[in-house]
Amino acid sequence: MRKSYKGLLSIFAIMALLLASACSGGNETSGDQSGDAAKDGAVSAKVGVISWLTGAGAGYGEAITNGLKLANKEIKEQGKVDIELITEDSAGKQEQALSSAQKLMNSENVSAIIGPTLSTEMKVVGPEADLNGVPIMGTSTTAAGIPQIGDYVFRDSIPESLAIPASIEKAIEKYDVKKVAILYGNDDVFTKSGYDTMKKVAEDKGLEILTTETFQKGQADYNAQLTKIKNTQPDLILCSALYNEGAVIMDQARKMGIDVPFVGGNGFNSPEVIKIAGDAADGLIVATPWFAGKDDQKVQDFVAKYKEEYGKEPDQFAAQAYDGMYLLANAIEKAGSDDRDAIRDALAETEGFEGILGEMSFDEEGDIVMEPTVLTIKEGKFQLFE
Amino acid sequence: MILEQLINGLTLGSIYAIVALGYTLVFGVLGIINMAHGEIFMFGAFMGVVITHTLQLPLALAFVVAIAVTALLGLFLELLALRPLRGKKGVSHLAPLISTIGVSIFLENLAHHFFGAGNRPFNTSFSEISVQIGSVTIYAVQLVIFAIAVLLMVGLSFWLSKTKAGKALRACAENLEAASLLGVNTKKMIMMTVVIASAMGGIAGILVGMAFNSVTPQMGLTMGLKGLAIIILGGMGSVRGAMAGGLILGLSETMIVVFGESGYRDAIAFIAIIVILLVRPQGLFGQAAPEARR
Repeated sequence: MRKSYKGLLSIFAIMALLLASACSGGNETSGDQSGDAAKDGAVSAKVGVISWLTGAGAGYGEAITNGLKLANKEIKEQGKVDIELITEDSAGKQEQALSSAQKLMNSENVSAIIGPTLSTEMKVVGPEADLNGVPIMGTSTTAAGIPQIGDYVFRDSIPESLAIPASIEKAIEKYDVKKVAILYGNDDVFTKSGYDTMKKVAEDKGLEILTTETFQKGQADYNAQLTKIKNTQPDLILCSALYNEGAVIMDQARKMGIDVPFVGGNGFNSPEVIKIAGDAADGLIVATPWFAGKDDQKVQDFVAKYKEEYGKEPDQFAAQAYDGMYLLANAIEKAGSDDRDAIRDALAETEGFEGILGEMSFDEEGDIVMEPTVLTIKEGKFQLFE
Repeated sequence: MILEQLINGLTLGSIYAIVALGYTLVFGVLGIINMAHGEIFMFGAFMGVVITHTLQLPLALAFVVAIAVTALLGLFLELLALRPLRGKKGVSHLAPLISTIGVSIFLENLAHHFFGAGNRPFNTSFSEISVQIGSVTIYAVQLVIFAIAVLLMVGLSFWLSKTKAGKALRACAENLEAASLLGVNTKKMIMMTVVIASAMGGIAGILVGMAFNSVTPQMGLTMGLKGLAIIILGGMGSVRGAMAGGLILGLSETMIVVFGESGYRDAIAFIAIIVILLVRPQGLFGQAAPEARR
């Protein structure tokens, strides 16, 4: 027996090693060097892009850089600003994001930076950019405290703390909600902060919280938690989950006979939910900055152009990047030069900018101010929630 | 409510038990832990997804295909990762363990490649059939899972204790060389063990897909670790132990959600295992001197 215990110990040691070495690899890629000479009268500037282009989250980086490139192409055609994009890969890692930023700021001498992809990356890159006086704008960083890093840090991605209250409010209005149950993933910073917001909103609105249940990433069986929730008979379920877990939760809930609507956070907002849960996904309410089905010429043009260029539907990340590029180009045009401070000031003054996400302004901290769109899944499709 | 939760716990426990049976069988005969078992289980689940969702074929066929594919995977595991290392001089007793870890990484990435990283749905109308008794809803899936778990355990026990092949297998477990000297075809017996254990993993995979509608390439790791914990709890190499251990873990995980904090679900379940092991270090059904088994 002792022998096999030793064996087990070594297994766990090995597993730990495996986990530690699980993520690695990733090279720097630089591209998109459209070396056109500046057109007459156009303000030319160099803009650095830090994005997650290799590894597990490469899909995000691809959508973001696609959105940026598409916007930049249009901006060039308009001829007022001539921006050269210099793209660096962060591989989703803090240290690589930081070294990419340093390279962009010091050797490439860029006027501004767009990116990085993750909030955790922004937490290290932001202070560095702020220190060097380089305006930096995240297009996908939604965690709390990002614009507060410094005067030079902006974002055009609406934080969950704004999106969730919008969806809960609308749900209360429509369904006359009095009692809610909360279910959230307690081993993930993102879903945990979504839970904090949900709890706060529920308390502010005077809703009775019947029960709070948790789950862990990759869990398959939610029956125990859902049975408990079912027996408390809530009017609404607030569920802070990523779509992979969230879709399964909805599926198991519907099978169990829980037919009340769900309000989810940003991580729940994905067409994958419908793919995984099918009919069971009906009744999910999410607030999102981006809705491709919006009845707006600008939005439909963007969707058509994006599809033509890249052969797939643009997602939220592509749309946010696209608008981010325009916001920056707008600021560069207003600044009239590639001076970093002038661009920062112009960016901070942005107000009522009409993008594909809606009307956007920056508040004094550099955070985005906009009205999110509240969507619900009905008959297997995301639709406006009214 | 308590009854419903009890049924939830039994369902989860039965699935754990079937996964653990696969581990315990291989450990009993070969004295190694098959780290690829969780991933073979995951492949079984994905076969279910392919058959029921992608191809829209009946569930019964999913069982057949899953069993066939996982049995084949088990065969390859034995031929490519285990047999070349067996009985050679200078090969550490940990070597087959490491090679199964290699196989598990390979299989996980293969699934990643074929099926994508996300969750895949499992379409079957069967999982919606339920019976209402008073205020308690029981699903056909839950009954089927429990029944299959019990059947597998009874069948396996019967096979091991009463049939000739089962006796030969136990002889191999007792002492491989002695069994070989007495005319048991040990090569065949070992291959059969690994194949049967893998096929059981495949069955468990389909059951998980049916019950929870949640299939991902990473599910093998979680399930695998739970299976490992269960065989330690139940006693290494013990069939009854795997069954009892699985049910204990499933029920305790569910009951923790009912009476306490769902956040401590795993923690308390594993603390319970540690406590049981302190009282009975050889596991619930383990033998006191397993050293003699090798």
